[in-house]
Amino acid sequence: MGRYALKRIVSAIPLLIVISFLIFMFIHLIPGDPARLIAGKDATKADVELVREQLGLNEPLPIQYGKYMKGLVTGDLGYSIKNGKTVVEAIAPRFEPTIMLTISSMIWATIIGVSLGIISAVMKGKAVDYIAMLIAISGISLPGFWLGLELIQIFSVGLGWLPTGGLESWQAYVLPSLTMGSGIMAILARFTRSSMLESMREDYVRTARAKGLSELPVVMRHAFKNSLIEIVTVGGLQIGGLLSGSVMVETVFSIPGLGRLLVDSIKFRDYKVVQALLLFFALEYIVINLIVDLLYGVINPKVRYN
Amino acid sequence: MAEMKSTVNIQNFEDAEALPKPKSKVKEFVKKFTKRKTAVISFIFIVLLLLAAILGPYIAPYDASQADYSNLLQGPSAAHIWGTDEFGRDVFSRLLAGTRLSLASALSATIVGTALGILFGLIAGFYGGWIDSLIMRCCDILFSFPDILLAIAIVAILGPGMINVIIAVAVFTVPSFARIIRSATISVKESLYVEVARSIGCKNWRILWVHIFPGTIQSMIVNFTMRVGTAILAASSLSFLGFGANVTEPDWGAMLSQGRNYLNTAPHIVLFPGILIFLTVLAFNLLGDGLRDTLDPKMS
Amino acid sequence: MAEKLLDVKNLRTEFKRDKSWVTAVNDVSFHINKGEILGLVGESGCGKSVTSLSVMRLLPIGTSRVSEGEVFFNGEDILKVDKKKMRKIRGHKISMIFQEPMSSLNPCMRISKQITEAILLHNDLSKDEAYKRAFNVLKSVGIPDPDMTLNSYPHQLSGGMCQRVMIAMAMSCEPNLLIADEPTTALDVTIQAQILSLMEEIKEERDTGILLITHDLGVVAEMCSRVIVMYAGRIVEEAPVRELFESPMHPYTQGLIESVPKLGSDMTSLPSIPGSVPDLSVMPKGCKFAPRCKYAMDICREKEPELVAVPGQEHRCSRCVLHKLEEKEVSKL
Repeated sequence: MGRYALKRIVSAIPLLIVISFLIFMFIHLIPGDPARLIAGKDATKADVELVREQLGLNEPLPIQYGKYMKGLVTGDLGYSIKNGKTVVEAIAPRFEPTIMLTISSMIWATIIGVSLGIISAVMKGKAVDYIAMLIAISGISLPGFWLGLELIQIFSVGLGWLPTGGLESWQAYVLPSLTMGSGIMAILARFTRSSMLESMREDYVRTARAKGLSELPVVMRHAFKNSLIEIVTVGGLQIGGLLSGSVMVETVFSIPGLGRLLVDSIKFRDYKVVQALLLFFALEYIVINLIVDLLYGVINPKVRYN
Repeated sequence: MAEMKSTVNIQNFEDAEALPKPKSKVKEFVKKFTKRKTAVISFIFIVLLLLAAILGPYIAPYDASQADYSNLLQGPSAAHIWGTDEFGRDVFSRLLAGTRLSLASALSATIVGTALGILFGLIAGFYGGWIDSLIMRCCDILFSFPDILLAIAIVAILGPGMINVIIAVAVFTVPSFARIIRSATISVKESLYVEVARSIGCKNWRILWVHIFPGTIQSMIVNFTMRVGTAILAASSLSFLGFGANVTEPDWGAMLSQGRNYLNTAPHIVLFPGILIFLTVLAFNLLGDGLRDTLDPKMS
Repeated sequence: MAEKLLDVKNLRTEFKRDKSWVTAVNDVSFHINKGEILGLVGESGCGKSVTSLSVMRLLPIGTSRVSEGEVFFNGEDILKVDKKKMRKIRGHKISMIFQEPMSSLNPCMRISKQITEAILLHNDLSKDEAYKRAFNVLKSVGIPDPDMTLNSYPHQLSGGMCQRVMIAMAMSCEPNLLIADEPTTALDVTIQAQILSLMEEIKEERDTGILLITHDLGVVAEMCSRVIVMYAGRIVEEAPVRELFESPMHPYTQGLIESVPKLGSDMTSLPSIPGSVPDLSVMPKGCKFAPRCKYAMDICREKEPELVAVPGQEHRCSRCVLHKLEEKEVSKL
């Protein structure tokens, strides 16, 4: 198991390096003069030169890259153009809303999604199955931003039960997490269903029944336990994507999180912030993948005992 | 003897040759497919959308960009079945015009992505070695990243506009096709290696073409259908965020984004584009599911 | 007088295909006595597994059903008892083991958990007591280090070990009847011999009745006291083992026995039965074996023969018109 873990961790490192390099390069990949692009079309020549100096764009590329990597390690990510704060200062307060939102979305999406999947599999072919899968496929097809707006329309504006935005109270979490979690709930429901259908066809399920077990332990203790491995893997990958999926939800619900900051920074051409955010999202995604991989190794006895 | 034949089933190989093959394959497919009502309905819906895209400007009751300042933000009525927007433009006509835009961009993005995916898959599978590893690593990276993030990153680099949205969507379509074609190429390469090694350059490609595609055509069709749905969703999401089409164009996502400002007073501006996007993506997804189940040999 | 353990009468099982029901097992009747090994032989697809699953009521719900027949066990018709009662019988009074031992065990659960699960389900014991019993039962099936095996996962054991574990698990609640569906087919020959002798031991020591399902005539010859031959979902012959091999009555049985290679014979090519088993939905009218039978007559293709006792012999039946004819008529063929 230790060897498996080490292998996974080590293979993630080159990926991180490549990604950090790509993100570093991205401003230079844009056709045109980076400094001018950042300063904007209406900037004067002096402004452009100022920007160029501020961001160190006048130095040769390798040196820029060296400074960038050094900055990453020491935590110096540069300055935000928008208000002169350091990038770290600009980003830090945005973490909490995004993470809280992500967690609340994951919790309900996982519970409902997996349960729907199990129920559909057990009741395959019956009405419950069709309805659940219809809900699931709708969840994947729904544009998140539209769902959010309609929910606001119905529950905030129309019924006045819940606030329209922000994250002040617990009620404020309801609509955004519903919106954010709908896609994941759907994917988990569909995947759980197909995984359970496969598990339930396996020989060991027949043995469990032959032992005299009733349906509930057969489904949960035997079939589900085997499917759990796959479900955790898929679910884990979805979490990785959730953080960046927050972009849409934060925009619709005016939540001051990382996703919205990304969108705003792109529009503002605040490239240092964009760089840092992209790097963060990439890093978070790779780390979560790694954790899921390791978790897989722990849960799956075939890997653990080899 | 004739009696015996009628009681022995088609497991006997001699009997199998007597069956008419090519005709029955297509017929069988249609028969199986039509059993799934959701798939059929989706198919019809998509055909209607395509018709709308082609005929849009001719059948629209109003011109999509014709403003009518005396009729701002009107709800659905006899004159305007889906109401008017903040400039008095007819929502239904705008959406009809937008159909062309949305379908065109989604289809072109998916087609470009498919073509590139096939190309990379062929190269990776055929040449193997470090080229293969490189391409596969790139695909792994692209594949594992959440669609929206990738699309935003690309649009951040290239700037806003529909062309860039198409490029972004094409890029994240590539990996799934590359993988399918690559594994098919590898298995064909291994079986035909000797033959291929003997023939000259371009003959290789023809052989691969003839042998690879028949096997992969099914999963490619299913994948393509689902990807178009994803493309529509991604494109409208990007437009909503302001990265896509210009707000004057009748793009579905952009219309929704504008409509957001009038959510209280004129909810129909948000409702109808949203329903349309939803139903379109749903149709593609249901069609893809239906195709997958019909083409899958395991299903009975 | 032998004590009847299981008495199956006129069992008929159907499967749903597309929108109609096809018969997989038709008019199957047999009995098993205490301490007896009954062999159930036939080609793949003849319905032997379906028969055993029908007895255990383990058929997939919705797509299959037992439409006729009774299965008497300990005096009651277990096809009609309620589900709760049936679950008490399964694993406890009647146990079953299957063909692929490695995939029949849950890959994510330790062996100890899988065995104690069965024990705790049917006995009022503490976890420790259950573990002890599991230990003992593993020992009794010849596993040298029960603790290590109990602590393992299925993928860490060999095929033979897994089957021993399955047998142990099946015997852990001391069933009266053991149904073994092709228990040695997936194992290699030396292991096969060990498993078979283990089953023999179980029969001797505990007086367990065993329904041994197999397509291997060699196994039948070695293990069983009586044999039933099935074809296309029907019983075509029943006989004590010796008589079956010495003088098979039904043409199908004859064909089966002839097609087993014998060491030291002069034959240069192996005889086989021409044709193949008919598909469930396109069964021929009349005798199901007629299309492949060298003795087939017009009457065979018209009407399906009944299973009748072979005149002059005890415990023998055959589903063939040949045996209803007078002796002198048979010799004319």
